[in-house]
Amino acid sequence: MLDFVQQLVSGVALGCVYGLIALGFVLVYKATEVVNFAQGDLMMLGGFFAFTFIGMMGLNYLIGFAGAVAAMALFGMLAERVVVRPILGYPQFSIIMATIGLGYFLRSIAGMIWGTDDLKIETPFSHGVLRIGSLVLAYDKLSVIAATMILCTLLYLFFNKTTLGTAMRASSENMLAAYYMGIPVKRVVSIVWAISAAVATCAGVLLAPITFIHSNVGLVLGLKAFPAAVLGGFGSIPGAVVGGVLIGVIESMAGFYLPEGWKDVAPYLVLLAVLLLKPEGLFGHHVRKKV
Amino acid sequence: MRFLFKTDYEDDIKLFPHSGYYVSYGILLALLLIAPFVLSSYLMSQLVFVCIYATVGVALLILTGFTGQASLGHAAFLAIGAYTAAYLQKYNVPFPVYFLASGGLTGIIGAMVGFPALRLTGIYLVIATISFALIVEEILARWESVTNGNEGMRVKTLSLLGVTVPRDSPTFYFLCLAVLVLTIVGTLNLLRSPTGRAFVAIRDSETAARSMGVNVALYKVKSFAISAAITGFAGVLFAHKLSFISPEMFTLQLSIEFIIVILIGGTFSLHGAVLGAIFIVMIDPFLTYLKDDMPGMIAGVAATFGAGPATAGNIKSTVAAFASLNGLKGAIYGIIIVLFVLFEPLGLYGRWLKIKLFFQLFPLYKRATFKRQKIYVKSERNR
Repeated sequence: MLDFVQQLVSGVALGCVYGLIALGFVLVYKATEVVNFAQGDLMMLGGFFAFTFIGMMGLNYLIGFAGAVAAMALFGMLAERVVVRPILGYPQFSIIMATIGLGYFLRSIAGMIWGTDDLKIETPFSHGVLRIGSLVLAYDKLSVIAATMILCTLLYLFFNKTTLGTAMRASSENMLAAYYMGIPVKRVVSIVWAISAAVATCAGVLLAPITFIHSNVGLVLGLKAFPAAVLGGFGSIPGAVVGGVLIGVIESMAGFYLPEGWKDVAPYLVLLAVLLLKPEGLFGHHVRKKV
Repeated sequence: MRFLFKTDYEDDIKLFPHSGYYVSYGILLALLLIAPFVLSSYLMSQLVFVCIYATVGVALLILTGFTGQASLGHAAFLAIGAYTAAYLQKYNVPFPVYFLASGGLTGIIGAMVGFPALRLTGIYLVIATISFALIVEEILARWESVTNGNEGMRVKTLSLLGVTVPRDSPTFYFLCLAVLVLTIVGTLNLLRSPTGRAFVAIRDSETAARSMGVNVALYKVKSFAISAAITGFAGVLFAHKLSFISPEMFTLQLSIEFIIVILIGGTFSLHGAVLGAIFIVMIDPFLTYLKDDMPGMIAGVAATFGAGPATAGNIKSTVAAFASLNGLKGAIYGIIIVLFVLFEPLGLYGRWLKIKLFFQLFPLYKRATFKRQKIYVKSERNR
């Protein structure tokens, strides 16, 4: 029983990271109908920025965190301006390929600048543990869970309650109509990319104490975040986090109770099952196309 | 400029629309046939890889370019073909049999992937094919009784009708070339048949195709099966060329390379697969060449512009240090993909057509001829 709870908590913590990356997918998808395959790499880059600010320049953890988030938000806007905006309106496949190319580029550049070693960021949550009876919970995992809940709530409120959030949802439904209604679609898209890069950075920094930061971490975790986003229903903010947590728990349980090898495959089997049985996901809407 | 005067349907679907085709493709074929006696063994080896990549490119074009179903899982089909060949070879099955068996098995698995993929479009299909490829990769690593796990499998030298064909012999090159040419001719025939027209109709509008009586599900599964089978054939040649296969050769990276092949070549014509394959295979030797010779060349240029020997030496070592950076290849790949998507969406073959049209129409060429339409209205989510 204790093992089970222990596995559950570490699964949830890992799942929250998947959820945060999936949140980035969902944000960009919700606002522009584009899937950013470089989302994991944005996370990786955010982690490296935070490492530079905290580990190399010796800034305070929170200041370094905020600095990394701000820098990555700007970077997200830059990436949108250079890579995505010129091809908005073209078939999705072009944009998928462009973001895959962006991901390649970021991975190699990060490898050149920060080397290929695993890097570690010292955080206030790195060492302590919380003991409840005989249950031992590490602060770094709890911090990921707490931060994910806060971010998810904030983004959900932002999308559903604020004018800017409504504008984003409108431009995702129909860019042209949104533009006619006076929504500055280009600026909206650019802000969405800034937010999603910022969310990715949060994921990267929170992840740093759990698994180390290296230039391929984005690819590995980004691929795991797809099942999370699909399970939650691509396009639902709470869905992304719930999906992420479920995938994290499934992966962690499969690693513990099933033979070796299942751990890596389980998320994708779940993904295929979801796509076959309930393609709209847990929280998505099923919409029929009108001719 | 030549005007083709078509008087009946047969004229419209001719494989060779006019006599110029016989001349140009005849010359190309002749050059390819004398290539092994002219080129160095290294270039020949690259040429074999061009043939294999182009075959996979054609397969991917059938699925992605003509049926409009994106796939990022073709490395898995290649792996299935390669592993089937290696496994059957252990039991002394002759080459023609396991060649056909590999293609057949891969085709069946492709159809099995095609069935679930029927309900998926766009991004979901891409994600599903990625998952399929990752699962296959894991199975190859774990099913040790058949695949030998992560240790990989040795592939014995090919023996065809009692004659051994080493992987660097001209005969092996001719075999690969024959497979490529047969694939291309077969695909061209397929595309001018009702099946091919159904594929293109599905790509352009599924709803319209269905309302014209095209059985969308059937043709999508067919497209998956054909594409997978061709990739399986290529997998057999791939296994023989490498003479050793292991799961880490068939990663997502390889699937992406195949997509890059058709993206760079051009997704609307079979020429694209060949041009893209040449590009992808030749980029490696080209980068090595740059790494070795570029520093000296740049320093030489700097010296001619009046830089002193010390400065030239500095420039040389800086460029050399830059060229030997780890991961430069990945960065260049990334930049190439982005640049092609942004500036040359029709690929190399599209560029060739543009240049050709420019000279044909000489003073009258206008850029808008090839401009794609942007669509801001349609939401793919409501499909």
